[in-house]
Amino acid sequence: MDLAFFGVQLLNGLQYGLLLFLIASGLTLIFGIMGIINLAHGAMYMIGAYLVYDLTMRFGNFWLAILVAIPIAIALGLVIERLFLDTLYKRDHLYQVLLTFGLILVLNEAQRIIWGGDVHRVPVPAPFDASIQLTDNLQYSVYRLFVMGVCLVLAGVIYGVIRHTRLGIIIRAGAVNRDMVEGLGINVRTLFTLIFSVGVALTAFAGMIAAPLTSIAPGMGDSILITCFVVVVIGGIGSIKGAFWGAIIIGMATTFGAVLIPSLASMVIYLIMAAVLLVKPRGLFA
Amino acid sequence: MKNFKKTTLVAALGTTLTLSAMGLSANEDPVKLGLMLPYSGTYTALGEAITNGLKLAIEQEGGQLGGRDVEYVELDSEANPSKAPQNMSRLVNGDNVDFVIGPVHSGVAMGMLRVAKQTGAITIIPNAGLGAATNELCMPNVFRTSFSMWQVSYPMGKVAYEQGHRNIVTITWDYAGGKEDLAGFEEAFTAEGGDIVQQILVPFPSTEFQSYLTQIASLQPDAVYTFFAGGGGVSFVRDYVAAGLNERIPLLGSGFLTDGNLAALGDAGEGVMTTLHYAETLENDANRSFVAAYEDAYGEAPDTYAVQGYDTGMMLAQALNVLGGDTSDRDRLIDVLANVQLASPRGPMSFSDSHHPIQNVYLREIRDGKHEVVSIAAENLEVPDDACQM
Amino acid sequence: MLHRYPKRVAYLMLVLTALVATFPLWGEAVFGNQANFMLEKLTLMLILALFAMSLDLLVGIVGLVSLGHALFFGLGAYTLALASPDFRPASMWWMLPLVIGVSACVGLIVGLLVIRTKGIFFIMTTLAFGQMLYYFISTSQFAGGTDGVFIMFRPSLAVGDTLLVDLDDPYSFFYFCLVTLLAGYLFLRWLTRSYFGQVLDGIHDNEHRMQALGYATSGYKLIAFVIAGVMASIAGMLAAMQYGFANPAQLGWHTSGEVLMMLILGGMGTIFGPILGAFAYEILLFVYEHATRHWPILMGLTIIVAVLVLPRGVAGLMIAPPRARKRRTTANDAPEKATVSAQPVTQSKVD
Repeated sequence: MDLAFFGVQLLNGLQYGLLLFLIASGLTLIFGIMGIINLAHGAMYMIGAYLVYDLTMRFGNFWLAILVAIPIAIALGLVIERLFLDTLYKRDHLYQVLLTFGLILVLNEAQRIIWGGDVHRVPVPAPFDASIQLTDNLQYSVYRLFVMGVCLVLAGVIYGVIRHTRLGIIIRAGAVNRDMVEGLGINVRTLFTLIFSVGVALTAFAGMIAAPLTSIAPGMGDSILITCFVVVVIGGIGSIKGAFWGAIIIGMATTFGAVLIPSLASMVIYLIMAAVLLVKPRGLFA
Repeated sequence: MKNFKKTTLVAALGTTLTLSAMGLSANEDPVKLGLMLPYSGTYTALGEAITNGLKLAIEQEGGQLGGRDVEYVELDSEANPSKAPQNMSRLVNGDNVDFVIGPVHSGVAMGMLRVAKQTGAITIIPNAGLGAATNELCMPNVFRTSFSMWQVSYPMGKVAYEQGHRNIVTITWDYAGGKEDLAGFEEAFTAEGGDIVQQILVPFPSTEFQSYLTQIASLQPDAVYTFFAGGGGVSFVRDYVAAGLNERIPLLGSGFLTDGNLAALGDAGEGVMTTLHYAETLENDANRSFVAAYEDAYGEAPDTYAVQGYDTGMMLAQALNVLGGDTSDRDRLIDVLANVQLASPRGPMSFSDSHHPIQNVYLREIRDGKHEVVSIAAENLEVPDDACQM
Repeated sequence: MLHRYPKRVAYLMLVLTALVATFPLWGEAVFGNQANFMLEKLTLMLILALFAMSLDLLVGIVGLVSLGHALFFGLGAYTLALASPDFRPASMWWMLPLVIGVSACVGLIVGLLVIRTKGIFFIMTTLAFGQMLYYFISTSQFAGGTDGVFIMFRPSLAVGDTLLVDLDDPYSFFYFCLVTLLAGYLFLRWLTRSYFGQVLDGIHDNEHRMQALGYATSGYKLIAFVIAGVMASIAGMLAAMQYGFANPAQLGWHTSGEVLMMLILGGMGTIFGPILGAFAYEILLFVYEHATRHWPILMGLTIIVAVLVLPRGVAGLMIAPPRARKRRTTANDAPEKATVSAQPVTQSKVD
């Protein structure tokens, strides 16, 4: 592999990692602050993608579709939180796993009922539907660069909120000691609803912007779910910084592992996770 | 027959009486078709297309097979191989179907074959392409109306060489079906004198192709041959085009890359060449009427999966018409099925000794969002199936 | 802490066991010519019950939620598949010890790595290991890959030349599975009532306290993990024997999720609950699949309802029927655990 291609692979790894971060950030927030394991997280990603597909077909405009889809996703998060998760905060993790597993079944089948089993696509939206020439026979989609930019901006925003706002302090405190925060008079109920909705919105948004890059097909949420969990566990639960670096690590490992050690490629992320947990059982940035 | 622990005279007598009574009215009972297809999960579209094709064929026969009504028992296989044996057993032993039609997924087929062997149930495979089903694991009661991975990819090897390519990179998912497909192509291509620069195996079912596309670009082959299907096929082709690779490195593949995916591919599919035993633009009478009827009934163009379901229905119809609806003599039924010859939408179709289709394989190119037939890549291709001892 | 269940539970379970054990007698009368098929289904349910029961040791008794238990299930199936000779049956005399040995070793290795983690991390690491084995088998040549592998002959149980039990006969196999299940149940019952079991109970309650009392809690958890793994492997072996087929899908996280569903339906921590859960799950699946193509919604809703409304499962209903529950107070002490303790009505704070 010469330098030029090494550079391109670096780019590939970065782009994949950044998108993973967007999805994982929602998961780590939900888990870190609320203590809820949400197995249906991948289904949210899928819903974001299908929503944007549906609305782009309706409006003929990708950006408008995203604008409309985001509030829908937030509303869905609210409904799920109020309906189902309300009773699970103080309960065993097992119940959360089971309930969200049941949710996956319901959501996946609902998707099939509404949108059917065919494969769909969302065309890459203007003005990003060009490609730039990287090497002699390789181009790179400008849209991917755009996605990377969005992920970086959002990463910055999230980081800024967590580090430099009052809400951020409450979130960080809540991750450490929920009861104390409640004791300080902060309405934890509303905080949780907010966090969950934001988490769902982030993931659904990831699905929306990723839609032009992948194919919209049943079961697309399942594969991203496990990778996401690995990212969160490596990075440390509740840590946005951990989700970021965990995602980058996984992104790079998957990309380079694919070409350097193809026979182990499918297991590489689990091997990394096992290694991290051996050395730091609570994740890198816990 | 299985042994009953408690076989009193009464039970035996009662059973015999019931059976003979049933035998008398055999021709009035509906023909029960057990469909073991995926109605949930990634392969839903295929399961539905096959079911649609099958039902269309039977409706064209007036909803009857050999003068008997048809009853469908649809069981969701979930494309889950671990449940395959029990699901098949449910159809055969629980629902007592006359024919089992399925599956889509080769792993599920393996599980089904196990039960087919034990029960002797007549099984018609309308998709699963694993070679072993009609080769090492062949049995008289198992038929296939679809293809084998080898059968579809082998002709492309010669085509690729004749197009002037000498160095090719092959890429697919790291799973049995993909590897079988590549093996067929590589066998033909290397026999002609070509060279496989690299075989890339992508973890199944990942659709993150960027790193592999970069790798392909660095290898600079004459062409790329690939097998992907469903959503993965769409992703790969679109990513391939977005990376600009198609300008210098033509993309070849077996038809699953694009079949059923035309709408989702959009412009990206233009110029992609694939080999498959069907193309919706085939110019023969059977196909013209089939495409029209299918679009009329279901509002969308058919694909190869629909044809496979349709041909299964036609096969059953022909066989049962010959027998006058009498399925009581199993050996005769199997014999008749094996001798079915169809003027299928895919062209002339008959069955080899291993109960696998002898059919044409076409070279297709996507132009204007349709599979245009460039040539017949292999005519009446019969799969050798040397290991089949029937 | 001893588990005392009302007498009626024991009576109910005995009646059900008797019903199942005598199926060959009444099966035909009820199911007619479908009796053989029903027997097959029943055998499968017994095997799944063993699988679920083994997970209950981890989840219900010790409180370790594993999302990778299918690893052991598939391990048992594949050990049988790969160790079986091609052209004649293996002997159960060495196959069973082989399965136990292999799963114990794997359980020890995985357990050593996994027991260090707690809570969500335990869930994640078990999931990861399950996935690792799944990918390892899927991409391997020697293990048949994603198509799976056949087992041509069921192992035989013979002494010299005489056949002790003809496992090829569906009835004998049914009884073999039933006996294995009962043996497993009695073993677990003995285990949980022993000193070892009480330590596990204490660990579930409050691990720090147990550590303060001087117990090497990791060691106890590891042993429980290995035992659960071995039992699951035996179940996997039986499952592979029933249909003669092993496939990587048996190792996947969906299978791990399904067995967890059996636990919630049946009732955790009770040992007999998962047996009921396995039966309930299979029966529900059967009914739903026949009802509609969109059966996953029904199953998903059932699980959600079970978690919200019936967290103690069928066993919980048997132990503490709703009428009796209302009369007692809802104690506010320990945070939720799923075991049925001496006070069977400790509800969640939000009830």
